Formats: sequence, structure tokens, C-alpha cells
Amino acid sequence: MNMSLKNTLKMALKSILANKMRTLLTMLGIIIGVFSVIVMVSLGQGATADVTESIEDMGSNLLSLSIFDSSVDFDNENIEELAFVEGVEKISPSISKNATVKYGTESEDSLSVLGVNEEYAEIQNYAVLYGRFINPIDVDFRNKVAVIGYDTADTLFGDISPIDSEISVNGEKYTVVGVLEEKESSMMGNNNEIVIIPFTTGMRQFKSESIGSVVIQGNAEYGSENTQENIEEYLLEIYEDEDSYKIFNQEELLSTLNEITATLTLMLGGIAGISLIVGGIGIMNIMLVTVSERTREIGIRKAIGARRSNILTQFLIESSVISCLGGLVGIGLGIGATNIISNMMDIKSVINLEVITIAFGFSLFVGIFFGMYPANKASKLKPVDALRYE
Amino acid sequence: MIDIRNVTKKYYMGEIELEVLKGVTIKVGEGEFVSIIGPSGSGKSTLMNILGCLDLPTTGEYYLDGKEISTYNENSLARIRNEKIGFIFQKFNLLSKLNAYENVELPLIYRGVKSRERKIKVEEALYSVGLTDRMHHRPTELSGGQQQRVAIARALVGDPAVLLADEPTGNLDTKSGNEVLKILDNLNGQGKTILVITHDIEVAERSNMQITIRDGLIIDRKVN
Repeated sequence: MNMSLKNTLKMALKSILANKMRTLLTMLGIIIGVFSVIVMVSLGQGATADVTESIEDMGSNLLSLSIFDSSVDFDNENIEELAFVEGVEKISPSISKNATVKYGTESEDSLSVLGVNEEYAEIQNYAVLYGRFINPIDVDFRNKVAVIGYDTADTLFGDISPIDSEISVNGEKYTVVGVLEEKESSMMGNNNEIVIIPFTTGMRQFKSESIGSVVIQGNAEYGSENTQENIEEYLLEIYEDEDSYKIFNQEELLSTLNEITATLTLMLGGIAGISLIVGGIGIMNIMLVTVSERTREIGIRKAIGARRSNILTQFLIESSVISCLGGLVGIGLGIGATNIISNMMDIKSVINLEVITIAFGFSLFVGIFFGMYPANKASKLKPVDALRYE
Repeated sequence: MIDIRNVTKKYYMGEIELEVLKGVTIKVGEGEFVSIIGPSGSGKSTLMNILGCLDLPTTGEYYLDGKEISTYNENSLARIRNEKIGFIFQKFNLLSKLNAYENVELPLIYRGVKSRERKIKVEEALYSVGLTDRMHHRPTELSGGQQQRVAIARALVGDPAVLLADEPTGNLDTKSGNEVLKILDNLNGQGKTILVITHDIEVAERSNMQITIRDGLIIDRKVN
């Protein structure tokens, strides 16, 4: 003598549908809970992915070095020595100046002019669209050549091909040898409004004796931390003071940022999760009301042969069905709202199956957990007492 | 069929002990129609609950269909109620959210009978009480007499050993009351064992044996 799950489920659905408004209101708690978990976590993970991407876009295994002490010159010789430090794959100076750049009648004020060597493009993930990048000969002979950014090419030249044209940088003539591919702008500013020249040429024009900033691509297998240590060791020998320079390690920053955003996401999800628990208490509340309203029904069912387990499963299934339906609606609304928010506010969102599964699983758990007490109470009613109940 | 020996039932209300049944012995043979009459407070409802396995006696023995059941656990009692006993209540006790068909079907669902077999049995039971055309009506759409007939169909559908009726006509007018009694008579004629609790002498006089109970004791047995 055991009734099938199908019949129990049918019975539960019937009594849920008998009280549509109440069911909906009870469900609302779960809906809001699941909804907010999904929205919060998806947007949080989106933000994490966004930050990670924009940092990785700057180049992989990137280390950048700034030198503050101007009493000792840091020049090409130091760059060549640094290139032999263990862990350093590629290295380029990065001398930055703002200058007025002109082509014919078109002019751009305070455009960022960068003095680099041939390895810079690879370190910073730049690709050449037309022409070529700076080469070692340009550096050695202080050639007056320039590679310009995508936007700069557009503003200065419009539809004309810039290759082999002459531009002037603070009055000095440079020949354009290449145009860079468009690159996504990072939080460091627009990467497409730029003029890149050989650093040797730049140092002469801007009359600087020392290289203040260097970008380095470290060996991935060797590890950026080890590379950083080696570079520090080298620098300490020259400057004998740790405050004279600063090394910025992209990987370190990335992992710190990831940690922060992950914690934030977890916290947001957790806060949203609390509303799921509140929703569960709502279910328990309603189920308790239902049990006392239906005491007589329980008595009748027991009189005609329902066992404790039949009553228990009936009520448990009722609460689980409420929470499951609520969970499904919450997932639907959550995904919808996440997409709308990320479209409208132009922020990235990552909806992954894991979050959906966890949110749904948790709502199911809440339904069963908070349904347990009322269901148990119902199943323990004595048939005589339950039948006498008015 | 039913054989209770020296059954007592005590309730405790705080410190006060209340002995509702003070040693009742009743034997009902197969195919008999027995009525138990008595004023309110005589203990007949308690007796009915014990006979219907809704409650257990404090002391004494209860043999139903040859099995001593006063020591059964909750699940076994549920099974007994489902398979051996058909209840007919004064207040019908139908589930208001279910229609006549579904109400009658319920005991079979709890027994685990397959859906096709259930359909045959439910329709048969409703036919036997003359309600085939009211199968899909809810209790609220039925008259009192019709509701009680649905309840009888529900009691019958599992083919129980005993039909237990507690004031089956108590909430009905004379006409529908008589209809219900006629059905009970017919069922008895077909060999069903029936036990009716009532305080209506007219109802009691239809039975083979009248047992009068007062203050928890049997004071009279009369064979009609």
C-alpha cells in the first residue's frame, strides 16, 4: 500500500492551485531571493571579468618600472643590461611626452608622444594595421620616423593614407611609417590617440638624459614575482635606495583585484541569499496556516487510510513545489533583468550555469527545510483529534 | 468479524481521570447489521473511534477479522482503516476541493491501486449509490443526501469488511435520510457487515441487533 509520487504531486498541485493568490504571495519571497542572487552575482562576475580583461589587454606578464631618482642616468645601456636579467623576455623604454602634432593644416594639441624601441608593440599588445612598427635601425640611428594610433590617423589624415607623409611633432619633422590597429581603451586612457617614435630620437628632441619609465614582458614560466625580484636586485645595485624606483607588477594587481571582486560578489550574493531565507520563513508561515486550516482534511485523509508518510510527503511536496516554481520564475526574471541592466548601463554581466544551479538548488532546499516542520506537524495529528476539529 | 472484549478507554484531563468506556464487550458476526444507541456522553462516539481504529483502547482486546489489532502501530492501523473499514460520518467529511469521483478515488490512491483499476471501481461504487450523473460535481454542488451517498460510495469502494456509520442520517432531512438507510439495508442484504451508531430509534430498529450503551457500559442488547 503505497501511493505513487505522481498522485502525491497531483494532489499537492491541486491544493496549491486552490489558493492562487496566497501561493503567489508566498512564492514572491523566493522569487525575489533567487532573482536578486542571480542579478547580484551575474553583475559582480561581469565586473570581475571586465577588470581582468582590461588589465590583460595591457599586455601579458607585464611589469612596468618607474625611476624617480634623476641623479643617476638610466639609459640604453641599462636597458640592454636589464634585457639579460633572468625572467625578462622583452623590454622597451617608454618615454612619454605631450606634444603638438601637425599634418598640413590639421593639428592636435597635447597628444601623447611615446619614445619606445621595437619590442614595445609586443609588450603592450599593439598590432600594426598599415606599414611597419619602429625597428632596431630606427633606434640605433635616431631615425625621425613615427607610428601613429588609429584615432590619430583618422583625425590628422582622414581618408588619406598616412604612410610616408610628414608630420611635425613640436616643430620637428617625422615620417609616418605605420598605423596601429584599433585597440580597446583601457582605464589608462585612450590607446588610439598616440604617436610612437624611437626612444633615442625622442630623448634627443626632448633633451632628456635619462629614461624614466620602462615596460617589461616577463617570462610566464619563470614567474613575474621572480622576475620582479631580479630586476629589483639589479636596480638596488645602481641606486642603493629602494625608494628610487617602483615596479608595478600586472599579475599581482590582477590577483588582488580578482580577490576583491570575488569577495564583493560573494558578499552581494550572500546578502541576496538572506532574502531567500526570509522567503523560506514565509513558506513555513503559510504552510503552518495551511496545516491548521486543513486539520479536518488531514483527519479525513487519515480516516480513510492515509499514513503519516503520505501526509508528510503531501505537505513537503506542496512547499517544495511552491519554492521550485518561485525559483524558476526568479531565475527567469533574474536573467532578464541582468541582461536589461547590462545593456542599459553598458556593463558586462556573466550569467553562468553554476549560479543558476546554486540559486535553484538553494530555493529547493529552503522549500524542503522550511516545509519540514509544518509537514511533520500535519502528519503527527491524531485522526480522532483532527476529525473533531471544526 | 468484530470482536471486542472488555474494552476500556480512559482520558486524562490534567489531573482528572475520565473513564469513558468501562469494559465493553461486543461481537458482530459477518453479514450482521448492528446498531449502537445511547444518549450523548454515553461513550458511543469513543466506541465508534475504537471500532474504526481511529483510536486505541486503554485496556481490552480488539479482534478484527480474526486479528488482534489493539497493539498495532500507526502505519498498520492506517492500513486497517484503508482496507478493512469503510467510514460514513454524520457530517459526510468529503474533501471540498475534490469532486465526487476524486473523493471516492482517494482510499484507492492511498492503497496504491493502479489508475485504470481505480476508474472501474470508483464508477462502480458511484453507480451503486445512484450518483453516476453527479460524478464530476463538487460536494458544494450536491445536496446533503447526495453528499452522504458519495461518502457511502467512498466507504464502499475499497470493499471493506465492515461499514461503520456514525449518525449517518443526523444531518439529513427525513426523505434523504430514508434513502441513505435504504442503501444501507440493501448493502446488508448483499452481505455487508454494518455497524451504525445513532440515537434515532427508527434507525436502530432496522438493524438485527440493538445495543444500548450508557455511561460507558452496555445496559441492553435486543435482537430485532
